[in-house]
Amino acid sequence: MPGTKEIRTKISSVKSTQKITKAMQMVATSKMRRAQDRMRLARPYADKIRNVIGHLNEANPDYRHPFLVTREPKSIGVILISTDRGLAGGLNANLFKQTLYLLRDWQQKGAKVSLCTIGSKGLTFFRRLGLPIVANVSGLGDRPHVKDLIGSVKVMLDAYRDGKIDRLFLVNAQFINTMTQKPSVEQLLPVEAIDTDDLQSHWDYIYEPDAAEILDGLLMRYIESQVYRGAVENVASEMAARMVAMKAASDNAGKLIGELQLVYNKARQAAITKELAEIVGGAAAV
Amino acid sequence: MASTIHVDIVSAEGEIFSGPAEMVFVPASQGELGIAPRHAPLLTLIKAGEVRVKTAEGEQSIFVGGGALEVQPKKVTILADTAVRAKDLDEAAALAAKQRAEEALAGKIDKIEQAEALAELARAAAQLRLIERLRKGLKH
Repeated sequence: MPGTKEIRTKISSVKSTQKITKAMQMVATSKMRRAQDRMRLARPYADKIRNVIGHLNEANPDYRHPFLVTREPKSIGVILISTDRGLAGGLNANLFKQTLYLLRDWQQKGAKVSLCTIGSKGLTFFRRLGLPIVANVSGLGDRPHVKDLIGSVKVMLDAYRDGKIDRLFLVNAQFINTMTQKPSVEQLLPVEAIDTDDLQSHWDYIYEPDAAEILDGLLMRYIESQVYRGAVENVASEMAARMVAMKAASDNAGKLIGELQLVYNKARQAAITKELAEIVGGAAAV
Repeated sequence: MASTIHVDIVSAEGEIFSGPAEMVFVPASQGELGIAPRHAPLLTLIKAGEVRVKTAEGEQSIFVGGGALEVQPKKVTILADTAVRAKDLDEAAALAAKQRAEEALAGKIDKIEQAEALAELARAAAQLRLIERLRKGLKH
């Protein structure tokens, strides 16, 4: 029976691919849950630090930290968070498209751009385009840690302090729900107006050593926590996107197996019919 | 019952402690501080070290890598760093990040790109094999 054997091998190869995609889907699902938990855990810190900064600002109207002052935008910096691995549907492609729009917008306004990439996909993509990448960190894995991000963030903060960049943006995939992740662009520096609604009473602190130094430390940590939140959210989005992509792949593999099975059955029947016809024909000849 | 003050210790990666305490000891940048209930509002940076929280049940000790301390009339918030922070350590991390970017731009192949290149090579080899097979088929 020529033909049937090939179809059988094809079916078994598609089946083993389906097994892999199914396993990847399940792994992505559980990793996504854990990443969502970490997103939740990161929230209180950022909220508290925001409160304290808001309060400090209120209490010291005469001191302006450079991170809070808006300057003429001559050049901008972008921290782009992307994934390290592929097979996550259109997640990275959408992210890069959004980043390119952002960069083109500013370039049209005559601003210079520089990039800091977190995650190797972004690095590979923007390197090919020949854009200046000033800092990079990749291989953070599924559990990013603040300490791995400090270095790259500091490069951008120092550039801002030295006046090399006048705006700093964070681009990452925003986790909306399992089915939807969309690229989000957020301005990190200068820190936009911090609302101080939840200040019931007004008091001033005792500062040790002084307000400026504390504000500096807090703002730095605030930016870092924002980038950390972005990184965790990006992991959650990556896992969700991979889960959906792998589910689609498994479904497609199932469909393909079904079709191949039909072709296989037809080929087998045709072979049997042919054989029978030959036997009958042979018998008639005798 | 002794009066208590609410203490929150949070880090960027999660909450570490939350609850009432009789006293908190913190390694502040200017020296160790003991915060008792009704302490004056205070804001300071803290060094890497041990934070001790004295509760009704006993004393709990938590290591922090640094951070900030905020004292309000009714609560104490410690914004803890998960990593040990120091100026030169941060500087070194920043340098490393720059270096990685420079290396990548200078064309040192990273692992992922290598994997991509290998996959490309495998595809090309498969195509070659197919072409060869087709040619053989034509000859016969």
